[in-house]
Amino acid sequence: MSDIVLEGRNIVREYHVGGGLFGKAKTVQAVKGVNFTVEKGKTLAIVGESGCGKSTLGRILTLIDPQTSGELLIDGKPINIAKDKVTTEMRRKVQIIFQNPYGSLNPRQKIGEVLGEPLLLNTNKTAAERRELAMQMLVKVGLGPEHYNRYPHMFSGGQRQRIAIARALMLSPSLLVLDEPVSALDLSVQAQVLNLLADLQDEFNLTYVFISHDLSVVRYIADDVMVMYYGEVVEYGTRDEVFSNPQHSYTKTLFAATPKSDVESIRARIAKKKAAA
Amino acid sequence: MAQTNIQSGTSTDASLRRQLAEFWYYFSENRGAVLGLAVFILLIIIAIFAPWIAPHGPADQYRDAVLLPPIFQEGGRAGYLLGTDAVGRDILSRLIYGARYSLFIGIVVTCIALVGGIFLGVIAGYFRGWVDTVIMRLMDVILAFPSLLLALVLVAIIGPGLTGAMISIALVYQPHFVRLTRAAVMAEKTRDYVVAAKVAGAGPLRLMFKTILPNCMAPLIVQATLSFSNAILDAAALGFLGYGAQPPASEWGTMLADAREFIASGQWWVVTLPGLAILITVLAINLVGDGLRDALDPKLKRS
Repeated sequence: MSDIVLEGRNIVREYHVGGGLFGKAKTVQAVKGVNFTVEKGKTLAIVGESGCGKSTLGRILTLIDPQTSGELLIDGKPINIAKDKVTTEMRRKVQIIFQNPYGSLNPRQKIGEVLGEPLLLNTNKTAAERRELAMQMLVKVGLGPEHYNRYPHMFSGGQRQRIAIARALMLSPSLLVLDEPVSALDLSVQAQVLNLLADLQDEFNLTYVFISHDLSVVRYIADDVMVMYYGEVVEYGTRDEVFSNPQHSYTKTLFAATPKSDVESIRARIAKKKAAA
Repeated sequence: MAQTNIQSGTSTDASLRRQLAEFWYYFSENRGAVLGLAVFILLIIIAIFAPWIAPHGPADQYRDAVLLPPIFQEGGRAGYLLGTDAVGRDILSRLIYGARYSLFIGIVVTCIALVGGIFLGVIAGYFRGWVDTVIMRLMDVILAFPSLLLALVLVAIIGPGLTGAMISIALVYQPHFVRLTRAAVMAEKTRDYVVAAKVAGAGPLRLMFKTILPNCMAPLIVQATLSFSNAILDAAALGFLGYGAQPPASEWGTMLADAREFIASGQWWVVTLPGLAILITVLAINLVGDGLRDALDPKLKRS
């Protein structure tokens, strides 16, 4: 059995809402006791509709928000940022890529600074070394060294997402949380970025937690699939298990709602229309 | 590699130049702003080269030329273009030297208010919670007083004089900057790039001042210009009331105060000219401020 990079045991996240002058304070459970494990080099896809808690879970995994209860283990070490400070060692292990590439880059920061910042803050590398590494990383994600001195507004959405990926990889993390990384991009660029992600996974032996609501993307990239519904995990298994034999009714609805574009299904749809008319 | 370096160098230059060009395009659409900028630059030149431009010293008294009218009026003398005041000082020279005081006051007050306001505002907007409450309620208390009255009280505590006046005016203007900064920081704080910097390991200080603050500067620059002119106005008011710059300083407000007895008499130039100087300066800076707002605020941009 290969080593487990990420493990969640009964993770719960609660938000306290209201408590104003007249309203009673309410507690909303965004994530209700989630269990999962991810092995090194594999991809876990978290699927679900908007507001089902998948992004909240992603933020907990990336050590941005603390979990209310439950245990989070990264490389076998338990961590709870509500109690302990996040060490640079921990920071280097987990990185995140956001959905909207237009909001995730500082408009006043040059690409070189964007890429150099994680190194500056977490390592003792000199400016020349940082520059060299950033240049190398730009080439790896399909951009060029000439982009080093440009500002984010000079790039397209796909290029920006590549920059965000480069930034996340600068610290050579073992775990990458991808929060709907391609849903803001158009289809051809989606494919490019997904291929890039797959290549990088092979090259650096990365572990991905891939948050998405796009099932075709999930089918392409995932090893394991976890389906969430109102904060609960309703289905969890390997990709083939989940896709070929969905157990929960919500998963079935989800699969049925995916638009199909192969010739067979289009023919069937037309035939159905004709029969109805 | 060398070639790519050259390329990247030119591309940043081009970007900066393009940004400046874009800024100038929006700024120059506003005729008043350009006019104000011209007057303001002229004022700066006058202030810097005052000793060479002014025909007389600001405190030189000419006993043979007391209360002379300006040259274009009957009785005016060639040596005193805008006439002289009650003790025989050349008004033009005093106005020219007064420009130094006004600009100095504007710069110092704006800098103190800006630095203090940014510091408090960023802290309040970033940490929220009780820190925010304490800072903002304190600022609300300052805002609740009429500004000139509060400045007067503060001057009375610190002691009359130019330094005291500047510090108290800066304190009075502080809350505007605090509020503006806080609002901008709160809006920027939730953006993804801030979270990304946090994940990259940036501490609170770096997040506040290096990541967030540069993205909040546009409204602050506009507010700074506008309070620059207000500071000049308030300093003149304090000088007029005798709490600002003390005689024989040629500060415009103090000149007005010296001329108080001539308001109702025939010697109109002693009163009118310092007042006009204040008016033109404040108007010019306000016009520049309006132009800056139009050019820097993306919401007002007509693309």
